[in-house]
Amino acid sequence: MPRDEKGVYRLIKSVEPESSGPLALSVRNLTVALPKGMDRIHAVENISFDLERSKILCIIGESGSGKSVSANAIMGLLPKALRVTSGTIELDGIDVTDIPPAKLRDLRGRVVSMIFQDPLSALNPLMTVGAQVEEVMAAHNVGSPQSRRDRALALLTEVGLPDPEVMYHQYPFRLSGGQRQRVMIAMALALEPTILIADEPTTALDVTTQAQILELIREIQRRKGMSVMFITHDFGVVAQIADDVVVMEKGHIVERGTAQDVLESPKHPYTRQLIAAIPRLRYEDRDTPEATSETSRLLQVEGLMKTYRTARGLFQRQRVVKAVNDVSFELAHGRTLGIVGESGSGKSSLGRVLIKLLDNDGGAILFEGRDIAALSEREFRPLRAQVQMIFQDPFASLNPRATIGHSLTVGPIAHGMSRDAARTDAMALLEHVGLDPGAYDRYPHEFSGGQRQRVGIARALMFKPKLLIADEAVSALDVSIQAQILQLLDQIQRETGVAMIFITHDLRVASQICDEIAVMQKGRIVEHGPPSHIFMAPQADYTRELVAAIPGRRAGQAEAAQTGAKQ
Amino acid sequence: MLRFLLNRITQIVVLLIIVSIIGFFILNLIPGGPLAQYALDPGMTQDDIERLKEQLGLNRPIYVQYLDWAWRLVRGDWGHSFRDGAPVLDVIGGHMFATLLLMGTSTAIAIAVGTWVGIRGATHRYSTFDHVATIGAMIALSIPTFWFGLVGIYIFSLQLGWLPAGNMYTVGEESVLDYLHHLIMPSIVLALVHIAVWSRYMRTATLDVINQDFVKTARAKGLSERRILMKHVVGNALLPMITLAGMQLPSLLTGALVTETVFTWPGMGRLFLDSISYGDYPVVMGLLMFSAILVIFGNLLADIAVAIVDPRIRLS
Repeated sequence: MPRDEKGVYRLIKSVEPESSGPLALSVRNLTVALPKGMDRIHAVENISFDLERSKILCIIGESGSGKSVSANAIMGLLPKALRVTSGTIELDGIDVTDIPPAKLRDLRGRVVSMIFQDPLSALNPLMTVGAQVEEVMAAHNVGSPQSRRDRALALLTEVGLPDPEVMYHQYPFRLSGGQRQRVMIAMALALEPTILIADEPTTALDVTTQAQILELIREIQRRKGMSVMFITHDFGVVAQIADDVVVMEKGHIVERGTAQDVLESPKHPYTRQLIAAIPRLRYEDRDTPEATSETSRLLQVEGLMKTYRTARGLFQRQRVVKAVNDVSFELAHGRTLGIVGESGSGKSSLGRVLIKLLDNDGGAILFEGRDIAALSEREFRPLRAQVQMIFQDPFASLNPRATIGHSLTVGPIAHGMSRDAARTDAMALLEHVGLDPGAYDRYPHEFSGGQRQRVGIARALMFKPKLLIADEAVSALDVSIQAQILQLLDQIQRETGVAMIFITHDLRVASQICDEIAVMQKGRIVEHGPPSHIFMAPQADYTRELVAAIPGRRAGQAEAAQTGAKQ
Repeated sequence: MLRFLLNRITQIVVLLIIVSIIGFFILNLIPGGPLAQYALDPGMTQDDIERLKEQLGLNRPIYVQYLDWAWRLVRGDWGHSFRDGAPVLDVIGGHMFATLLLMGTSTAIAIAVGTWVGIRGATHRYSTFDHVATIGAMIALSIPTFWFGLVGIYIFSLQLGWLPAGNMYTVGEESVLDYLHHLIMPSIVLALVHIAVWSRYMRTATLDVINQDFVKTARAKGLSERRILMKHVVGNALLPMITLAGMQLPSLLTGALVTETVFTWPGMGRLFLDSISYGDYPVVMGLLMFSAILVIFGNLLADIAVAIVDPRIRLS
């Protein structure tokens, strides 16, 4: 029996390609119609692209560009409302646009596999990991129960899951996001398909996990000579893995070429705009005034603690999680502190404790010299206006049944502002954050994600706060919108002198807007300093790991070196 | 798990105490009390009634009566029927089988048919089947159970003569087949409204699951639609339904009350109505406590079933 380099027995020989042409996938003049009443007629219109054998093709575009629709059309997984109206899709030489469903089903999982964006919901919660991997083989009548079991174990080993024997019997809820994505990959690889379609497979993951999954996909692709169609919105990811790139905008392909060509000399303005909008690591620090005098200090946090305890069971030991563990920092007026960390690092808990949405278990929060941690809810209320929050999800954080005007003014009116004054302020602020004052009487659903986030910022500014806490405020937005919002926050800070705490998992974003960065891991601040220190000379191992995991870092660094040399 | 059970048992005890207090006091608010029926009996003098009251302990303050009743109940003495002096537990026991048989059969019918209709409605959304099922459910929900019972008796017993109009068995011919023959109409009539409720919930639950990412994953794996439905959709859609089944138990009990009356079914529902009109307080209280326990037990069973089926609850 053949063994691959990892020492895993290969039970199934690579499926012979059904035709040996140079193209694994060929899409010609594909048009997919959108249902009536949408903002445009076609989801994708007349697009053509090829995936060469043993190559990685990245399809890049922002939300609504039609990149996922293309992938689903290839798999025959389009929702019923969307129809392929013209064009052909050749998978391994077979046109799949008009083959019977049974034949297409036979190709799925065997010739072409797919992995999805959100690993948390892509696995059946009621089936064990092993059963779900074996199911692909059973569906295609490959092997016996025993050989399928062996193959599933081999696959779990191959995708780098610890303790495959244990994993095999685990239910998905026990696995982390990265582990679940590995299970998805194991499932996709089970029958050694010719083509792997990956629809934003790392978008929902932490940076370090993202780097590992990208590495895994590339390594497997090289070893098996698989052809990969990789959908992403992140040029950093493109720089890391792509051989070829197709850039999509509003259902059209605007540029294509090798990854190097597109990254180094983008021709279409949209591509240039996308590349320019990539949050890049900034190696030089911001030019905001240094905090020197005692009087400019707004916030001082000392030894802050927040502990979560699970209920104590009769047979279970109580679990104690120190979400915020002995955290101390200072923040001056007009400056921004970035809190950076992966999910579970305690950065969001810290934000909530600071705004007193959560009680702390120890330590002090001195706001203008006064310890607000010790204040009761009633005593803190007058101060609440001075500390405002911008939330992550611009869709969930605005009441869908209230007009923008109502959402903006309800808080200040409750704090004693007159109706007219609140209205005047709100109009002015809407204009200030780049929206039409006419937005005042409209409802949230009429606005895009970026516009809603602008409303969220205006809402926070209504109180003329001294401190803004932004919890992943740009994470849900497209890169080009991200850049605009970051610029807006920067501008507002320079004008109003508001201090900001910017919580994010994205180091690149943090480097854009922060004067100082605190890196959090397991509730502790492991490193604290200006961006130049954190990125150029990280001290802690964990910071180094995070910095190394930033996608497209090498490209960015080379560029920084170039601009540095020019200066 | 043990802690969970202890917690639940404490809740149950508190709940039963509250139910018993409310039941007992409301029952005693009825003017005249349990002996009201004798007031018009020419054979009973006022003295006789007083003596009876003395004998039954009804002349004591109401809270003393309650505490005495509750204390006996705790020790396993559910009291004696005012009607014939038989122990309450025996009276209930004699009617329990009939009700459980009716409820069990109609629950099985409701779940089987409701699940099927719900899933089919969801997978064939906006089809003729779906529309008919939707309208059918609305009709079943808006027309009272007794009407279905009467119409059923008129058509199938009086006109067609296929099914018996009432009772649980033919006297003198008590075979299993005979029982089944009598069971068909009441169990279907009782199930109708539950099929309607169950199929609507099942349709929504199925639609929720169908749009989940893992169903798309299953499709991308090349599974057949049938396997996707059986293996990935139905199991996940049934999870919330288990809780619903537990919660529907009380309405099944009240439904049985009506159905048993229409079909002269010798169950607890009819016993309850008879005992109220007789002023047989011990039996009424006994039935009240018994059904409260049944409902609580049903919900507990549903919770345990969910914990068994769902690994996320079982293992954490």
